[in-house]
Amino acid sequence: MENLIGLLVAAPLLGAAVLLCGGRRLDRVDHWIGTLLAAVSFALGAVLFADLLGKDAGARTLTSHLFSWVPVGGFRADVAFRLDQLSMTFVLLITGVGTLIHLYSVGYMEHDERRRRFFGYLNLFLAAMLLLVLADNYLLLYVGWEGVGLASYLLIGFWQHKPSAATAAKKAFLVNRVGDMGLSIAIMLMFTTFGTFAFGPVLTHATDAGEGKLTAIGLMLLLAACGKSAQVPLQSWLGDAMEGPTPVSALIHAATMVTAGVYLITRSGAIFNAAPDAQTAVVTVGAVTLLFGAIVGCAKDDIKKALAGSTMSQIGYMILAAGLGPVGYVFAIMHLVTHGFFKAGLFLGAGSVMHGMNDEVDMRRYGGLRTYMPVTFVTFGLGYLAIIGFPGLSGFFSKDKIIEAAFAKGGTEGWILGGAALLGAAITAYYMTRVMILTFFGEKRWQPDADGNRPHPHESPRTMTIPMVVLAVGSVFAGGLFSINDTFLKWLEPVTGHAEGNSPLSAIEVTAATMVVLVLGVALAWAQYGRGPVPVTAPRGNALVRAARRDLLQDDFNHVVLVRGGEELTRGLVRADHSVVDGIVNGTAAAVGGLSSRMRRLQNGYARSYAVSMFGGAAVLIAATLLMRAV
Amino acid sequence: MSFPLLTVTAAVPAAGAVATAAVPAARRAAAKWLALAFSLATLVLAAVQLARFDPDSGKPFQLTESHAWIKSFGVRYDLGVDGIAVVLIALTALLVPFVILAGWHDADPLEEAEPNRRWRPTQGFFALILLVEAMVVISFEATDVFLFYIFFEAMLIPVYFLVGGFGDRAGARSEEETAARRSYAAVKFLLYNLAGGLIMMAAVIGLYAVTAHQLGTGTFSLTEIVQARADGRLQFATVTERALFLGFFFAFAVKAPLWPLHTWLPGAMGEATAPVAVLITAVVDKVGTFAMLRFCLQLFPEASKWATPVIVVLSVIGILYGALLAVAQKDIKRLIAYASISHFGFIVLGIFAMTTQGQGGATLYMVNHGISTAALMLVAGFLISRRGSRLIADYGGVQKVAPVLAGTFMVGGLATLSLPGLAPFVSEFLVLVGTFSRYPAAGIVATLGIVLAALYVLVLYQRTMTGPVKDEVRGMPDLRVRELVVVGPLIALLLFLGVYPKPLTKIIDPAVGHTMSQVHRTDPKPDVPANDVEAAK
Repeated sequence: MENLIGLLVAAPLLGAAVLLCGGRRLDRVDHWIGTLLAAVSFALGAVLFADLLGKDAGARTLTSHLFSWVPVGGFRADVAFRLDQLSMTFVLLITGVGTLIHLYSVGYMEHDERRRRFFGYLNLFLAAMLLLVLADNYLLLYVGWEGVGLASYLLIGFWQHKPSAATAAKKAFLVNRVGDMGLSIAIMLMFTTFGTFAFGPVLTHATDAGEGKLTAIGLMLLLAACGKSAQVPLQSWLGDAMEGPTPVSALIHAATMVTAGVYLITRSGAIFNAAPDAQTAVVTVGAVTLLFGAIVGCAKDDIKKALAGSTMSQIGYMILAAGLGPVGYVFAIMHLVTHGFFKAGLFLGAGSVMHGMNDEVDMRRYGGLRTYMPVTFVTFGLGYLAIIGFPGLSGFFSKDKIIEAAFAKGGTEGWILGGAALLGAAITAYYMTRVMILTFFGEKRWQPDADGNRPHPHESPRTMTIPMVVLAVGSVFAGGLFSINDTFLKWLEPVTGHAEGNSPLSAIEVTAATMVVLVLGVALAWAQYGRGPVPVTAPRGNALVRAARRDLLQDDFNHVVLVRGGEELTRGLVRADHSVVDGIVNGTAAAVGGLSSRMRRLQNGYARSYAVSMFGGAAVLIAATLLMRAV
Repeated sequence: MSFPLLTVTAAVPAAGAVATAAVPAARRAAAKWLALAFSLATLVLAAVQLARFDPDSGKPFQLTESHAWIKSFGVRYDLGVDGIAVVLIALTALLVPFVILAGWHDADPLEEAEPNRRWRPTQGFFALILLVEAMVVISFEATDVFLFYIFFEAMLIPVYFLVGGFGDRAGARSEEETAARRSYAAVKFLLYNLAGGLIMMAAVIGLYAVTAHQLGTGTFSLTEIVQARADGRLQFATVTERALFLGFFFAFAVKAPLWPLHTWLPGAMGEATAPVAVLITAVVDKVGTFAMLRFCLQLFPEASKWATPVIVVLSVIGILYGALLAVAQKDIKRLIAYASISHFGFIVLGIFAMTTQGQGGATLYMVNHGISTAALMLVAGFLISRRGSRLIADYGGVQKVAPVLAGTFMVGGLATLSLPGLAPFVSEFLVLVGTFSRYPAAGIVATLGIVLAALYVLVLYQRTMTGPVKDEVRGMPDLRVRELVVVGPLIALLLFLGVYPKPLTKIIDPAVGHTMSQVHRTDPKPDVPANDVEAAK
């Protein structure tokens, strides 16, 4: 059974290799090869899942040691896998949602001339993400971690002929690399502290190390998580990443990539549990980001960018929950899974809308689409209800638990975090209702595209609608299923641990408050967009709206501080390299030249000056010899 | 007497150089095939060395040969390889055939349409490459300081002619202007390295004087000196040891090159053809870092420890400085040169971190950097030969017209930025860990290098390969079979060593352990060794 774990990673990796090196002769079957291998991976995951379910709750860990990777002195990194309840959950999400996105792409990318490469990259993405969640040590996790970064770089920049896409891809990779620096340093700290960076020894002996060391490791892991999961201050790449084809956005936002940070923190729970300061940093990042993303999501007219803001915000919830420690780990992962369903569904729905609207992304140019695209409307609508936390749907169960856990943090901190989470829920209800109304309701505000073609909205082909329907089903029922008898909690508890919080508010009070803010958010959006006509060009808006449209000035900040500062620095260095560093050496050369011309003057033909110099030379030689003897 | 494998490994390319040079002018093409055949024969010999080398023998040097040479000065013809040398010889022997293949047309006579241009001696080009190979190989093998010094210096001559005599086609500039720039770069290379060499010569003589004084008979033998130090028969006064160390180190730091002695490299790599640039940075420069490990550390362990803080700081500066300057370059080849300066910073840092991971990583880094720079630089050379320009701004949208070229360029770039899964990641991480466990601050600052590396590689890729297709790029042919034969194996090797570096680390590790024991350093212990607890259960 253990051997299947390696195959699970190998299947999509093989797909990537075949598709990327296979050449044109694969051009007719490429999309099916990619989808098939993703499905194989999912099937293997299902078999392993069944196997784990057959074991006792305490014995649900499979390990598989393939080979020794980097053995140098005391430094030992192995290629070894660990499959437990936590990684199993991720495996099913990644391969399940991943396969659906592959299937959807069969329709969505049908006419793209570089389709073979697209499916190769998608497979690479799955393989890297699977490696990330299945690795048994932090260095192998790092390989998957950067592999995900590479795959996202390739996919975001898939339409490379567009300069904006190439720039967005580069930005995503660079910002992620800053996070990777954190992971590198964390691994180095683990090595110097524990002499190893394998999960087993590090996590079981975490408490033996001093709190200072653990806090440092925790903060570095948080930096890494911020990069991959697009948390403040490393959030700026996520919005631009919408340059990639829409299935890519679904993949990045739902099943892979952005969830990696939540995985890292949850997996390293033993370290964070013993480092309260690091936990405080985690919850702060989570709370700030959940509001940041939500505010940005309100201001975007581009449907994909509005959804991107929403992802940032929802991942903020998960990071917040993970920062709460054992009270929150299970709910962070539960929200991650339910979010995987509804966010993938929302993105695929958005792609379906764009597909029918000549690739238009501006929601102010949509309107009234519900009758033209009934399947898209219904599936998107269910995803919408799930994300705002409509009672009974998936998001309701998972988000509610996080808000409750945030209050349970206790004291002023608990009130602040709980309040932020509640406020976030209100804003979520507002911006998602806005997306819904602008796209599917109201009058038609369709505009011809740049070539003058008027849009003829139509429902998308089966390969696209089937995945949307499956995801919608998940969006409706997953949360409820997980919550019956606390199934999900019992499943995950052996790995992450669980503690009941001590909330100042009862569960009912929290739910009631959540419902109130939900209604407020929806009502506000309806009042603004549902009652009257929506202008096709956006009104100027107040200062906050304008700032939110510019992603709360994140890029302006980065530009002034990093880009311009960096440019000045490199330009200065280039000048210095030429004038100072090279100059000193050239100066020395000139001095030697000067010296030699003076030396030439010594060759004057007078015997007496030769005699003097011979005497001088001999004196130096004798002195040197004597000195040498003395040594 | 057993078969002198080490001598033969160096003699074959030397003989090849003579044979290639002797090919008559009319049979130009034959010279190329001859050179290729000799380089492949050398590769076979290097493989035999690897096969016969026993990493766990416990002996510091193997396959040794020892003959008296200049008796009156105690100079011996002593050869021997340790795990570090044998791996670097293999790298050299591996890269040279690719260099020859990649440079197949670099020394062809110019077309008849341009009669007033100079004739380029094809035979000379390939003979010089083989000559460089022979000298590099024997430098890795020499265990006699004087013997090493001779070839360390003599190597400058063929490299000087390769840089000064053969450049890229002129492109936009006039032939006279490129020739002038080329000879400036070549002279600069020569002067820098000669200066280093002269100072080293003083130190070599000084070393002889000290041994002659203390042991009765002067010697240049590394093993003998190390042995005498261990017995206590030979003791350096602190000042003498430091002075001699500095003399050696200066020469190696010029060759490596270490900041701030690096300024010759961008010129030489920029003006030389891409294969020659690879020869310089991937092969010749490695002699410098290799010699730090073999000679500086083993001859002068106390002085090495004394100088370590300064060298660590210089290395870290070099890492960031090289990377920042790479970001600002407008010329593709100069960009790669500055990237190499950054990478040499990592190598020197690893050596002087004096940990198993640092030195093992540095040795592995030498190999991996050789392969990754070769991949990136040679593809860059193919690109430049198609368009006749080295300026990044002259390209754009190449991936659309030549996807395979763009793809291989990307893999070379990803290796340069040390992406996990490719070989350089393993060595870079080892260097960082090894440094961090001894000098945490230096380790953290050096880690910034991974962000900057991503910046210069991705900016280079974006500006040349993506975006709308430029008119001058339209119709550019994709990689040809010969070019694929060059790049394919290099990429395969990068992948293989990224996933399974053990065959190399197994050979390198014992040699590093030996060097570490020479400088009397042991790895720092972890605070709470979790693994031991696990093992105890």
